[in-house]
Amino acid sequence: MKRFWRDARHVIAANPVTLAAFVLFVLLVGLAIFGPALAPFDPIASDVPNALRPPSAKHWFGTDQLGRDVFSRVIVATRIDLTIAVSAVALSFAAGSAIGAAIGYLGGLVDRVVGQLVDVLMAFPLFVMAMALVAALGNTVANIIYATALINLPFYIRIARAEVNQRREAGYVLAARLSGNGPWRIVLGVLLPNVMPTLVVQMSLNMGWAILNAAGLSFIGLGVRPPTPEWGIMVAEGASYITGGRWWPALFPGAALVLAVFCFNLLGDGLRDLVDPRRRT
Amino acid sequence: MSGGRWLGYAARRLAMAVPILLGVVLFTFVLMRLLPGDPAVFFASSPNPSQAELLALRAKLGLDRSLPEQLAIYVRDLARGELGQSLTTGQPVARDLLARLPASIELTVVAFLLAMAVALPLGVAAATRPNSWLDHLARVVITAGVSVPTFVTGIVLIYLFYYLLGWAPDPTGRIDVFIGQPPRVTGLLLIDSLLNRNPERFLAALKQLALPAATMALFAIAPIARMTRASMLGVLSSDFVRTARALGLPRRQVLLTYAFRNALIPVVTTLGMVLSYMLGANVLVEKVFAWPGIGSYALDAIVVSDYAPVQGFVLAVSALFVFLNLAVDLIYGLIDPRIGFER
Amino acid sequence: MSAAGPLLALSGLSLDFVTRGGRVRALDRVGFEIAQGEMLGVVGESGSGKSVTAYAVMDLLEPAARIGGGRLDFRGLDLLGADRARLAALRGQAISMIFQNPRAALNPIRPVGRQLVDVLRAHRPMNRAAAESEAERLLAMVRIPDPARRMMAYPFELSGGLCQRAMIALALACQPALLIADEPTTGLDVTTQAAIMDLLRDLARARGMATLFITHDLALAGDYCDRIAVMHAGQVVECAPTARLLAEPRHPYTRGLLAATPRSGSRIGEIAAVGGALPDLTREDLPPCRYAERCERRRPECDAAPPPLAERAPGHAVACWRAA
Ligand SMILES: Nc1ncnc2c1ncn2[C@@H]1O[C@H](COP(=O)(O)OP(=O)(O)OP(=O)(O)O)[C@@H](O)[C@H]1O
Ligand SMILES: [Mg+2]
Repeated sequence: MKRFWRDARHVIAANPVTLAAFVLFVLLVGLAIFGPALAPFDPIASDVPNALRPPSAKHWFGTDQLGRDVFSRVIVATRIDLTIAVSAVALSFAAGSAIGAAIGYLGGLVDRVVGQLVDVLMAFPLFVMAMALVAALGNTVANIIYATALINLPFYIRIARAEVNQRREAGYVLAARLSGNGPWRIVLGVLLPNVMPTLVVQMSLNMGWAILNAAGLSFIGLGVRPPTPEWGIMVAEGASYITGGRWWPALFPGAALVLAVFCFNLLGDGLRDLVDPRRRT
Repeated sequence: MSGGRWLGYAARRLAMAVPILLGVVLFTFVLMRLLPGDPAVFFASSPNPSQAELLALRAKLGLDRSLPEQLAIYVRDLARGELGQSLTTGQPVARDLLARLPASIELTVVAFLLAMAVALPLGVAAATRPNSWLDHLARVVITAGVSVPTFVTGIVLIYLFYYLLGWAPDPTGRIDVFIGQPPRVTGLLLIDSLLNRNPERFLAALKQLALPAATMALFAIAPIARMTRASMLGVLSSDFVRTARALGLPRRQVLLTYAFRNALIPVVTTLGMVLSYMLGANVLVEKVFAWPGIGSYALDAIVVSDYAPVQGFVLAVSALFVFLNLAVDLIYGLIDPRIGFER
Repeated sequence: MSAAGPLLALSGLSLDFVTRGGRVRALDRVGFEIAQGEMLGVVGESGSGKSVTAYAVMDLLEPAARIGGGRLDFRGLDLLGADRARLAALRGQAISMIFQNPRAALNPIRPVGRQLVDVLRAHRPMNRAAAESEAERLLAMVRIPDPARRMMAYPFELSGGLCQRAMIALALACQPALLIADEPTTGLDVTTQAAIMDLLRDLARARGMATLFITHDLALAGDYCDRIAVMHAGQVVECAPTARLLAEPRHPYTRGLLAATPRSGSRIGEIAAVGGALPDLTREDLPPCRYAERCERRRPECDAAPPPLAERAPGHAVACWRAA
């Protein structure tokens, strides 16, 4: 643990970008928790006479087509966007690593078949698959989460499987086996904790992707419904006004999206350096 | 590699595509069973089908039979190209898809070529001149590419090039309505207008295509450039490049014929991935630019719970995906003589 | 040595690598000469700087390399001072090089015949057909059976021995005056090894080509070379005609190597350990004689100043304060 902190200091010192990403991350989490309290205006209260006003001292990010304060909406939306992404990633992480570790440990035919299947799935146009799933399951936020989780699943299965495969014959696994532990205890109690660092890195790199996917789905009108403030929908609604030069209703939530994804990607890179310094590029 | 060996490899690859296609069919079949509601209703020809029509449809779709039988009927219908009826357009889904497919293909292919034209040289330059400004530019582009959603890119481009600069035409559709479409031959406007010897239309179509294609290309540049850079760096430090230098081959030949062609091998695999992601991104780009392709067709249908087109869309994308992957594998086999030897 | 002077002369060559882990002092005042048509063996354990020396001659050093001083003269041309284009023109034409692990040294996705054609046409005005028939002749010259068919073969379709023969054909395509062979037989089985060495010697003799033969294996060098230079940790410690070096080694490291080398004919594997290990070349406090810390005859004077590579008998140079 002490070494971890020393390495962490080293990585952050060598790479101030990671530090910046970490600060941004804290900010995002803060907004997700306290957003509704911090927002200066009610994010869904419309004020049609003041619709589509450009950014001003009162409305920092301007107002949208219903006169709602874009700044407040962007802030309040942080919670739902992060919630969707975090829940989806947590779900696929839990299910994917368990499945991957189990088949990686058992090996044999199941392992090979699932491995092939995962390879094909990963190459599949996953966004289309998520679209179809949400369309079939019903257009709700919960289904957006399930669909996003499902399309992330192959990545975790693949990584957990590969990592466990590598360690299957390691000394500590053999020791655990000799002292009479069953396969489940070995997978959950011995192997998973050892492959956890790699999985956590993947999780962080995956967060950005999950946010993009969820926002993409709501951009095309799936999942979150108006008037709920959510970055993807806000971009979609604002897009109609861009050709008239009114950029603020679409570009501020767009920028928030970019910032969030950027933050998780950088954080993931930093974590990877921490866990596996050799793979640094 | 000799022709015979390559053909053997191609045949094996083709055979491998079959189970994937079957899997896709199974997936859409399961999706159909998951759908809330009665499949007969959304295969009907009108929003309010008569009871008789529903019964007839149920019998035709085999909804009264066992699941395996239903699957068999489903596969049979697919094989005949029967994808049901769209409630929104009132047309058979297969016909709608065929009409709109060229728009999607034109967009994707042009974007893909554009992305390669930028990403390959960028990746090579970044690898041959580490830490130069080109290398840094490549890094920025790569990081931005994975962080900026396509629909945001599209909107920014519209704001810049349509509203501020006025270079791009109104970002809706494939060609200015006042200029009109060329007579349809392939459905690809760029090609049809050329066949029609109509430079004005060609230019109009090209202008209209520029922004959506650039949007999609920007998204595809990142993974291609990243892979090219990494792969080129690996190859440049390999033994055979050192040999080529030691033998006094000209720098150009060392870089292009010796290093680049070898570096392309893993890049080709990435290209397959990228194309597949582009099929998904298509939906978003088509929505931003009101592009009349299969993606926006599916979206229009999803919004009004018109399921047959959605299912048709998923099948079409999957078929494209399988076909593209096959093509990538075959190209791979042409570049790398060792393929078809292993195992 | 011919009256016109040596073909290649190195003197006082020092070279560092600047790395994250510090400065690697890879070469320290390296010097030796090769005459026209001569085969010189450069022998030393792994990490002693043999390859780096060869790369310096070929101008194939990595960007991290910094030449600290010294001279490289090839036929009177100052290689370190010459511009890069001039050096590029020499490579493959006047000086050529072959490597260990021949399969990796060849372009994996280009038929060997094409690679030969590339080299020929890079240096000579030749049309494709002429280059192809010349390439086939070269494959026959290196005793590759059925050369017409092998023209089309990819490296992965050839055995390691055949790959090394193809590599030799590539290197000799333009009749260089000097061939640098960097452990050309490592990784090949013993019979193939002997066949490749015989081929190299025969071709060199037939063309009057000089060969710089780099190896771990003192016995192998003893079988084929006219003279041998022994390197240790980036320094040349001894250089003498082969028979002399084997019969009367003066440097303790050479003696150690010889003692650890099974007699010719019963060669098995690599050089057995000489006591101790190479010093870490990133160290700030490297002793002036880099063998000092392994040496049983170390004296205070060994730590005072670097021993010069001085001629102790005609043609026999030793870098040791204690080699009288
Ligand atoms: N690119 C480099 N960066 C840093 N150090 C290097 C580099 N290349 C070589 N060296 C160092 O230079 C020294 C000499 O290496 P060299 O490859 O010449 O040894 P060698 O005698 O050829 O050994 P081998 O028998 O293993 O081929 C070694 O200590 C090596 O670590
Ligand atoms: Mg070496």
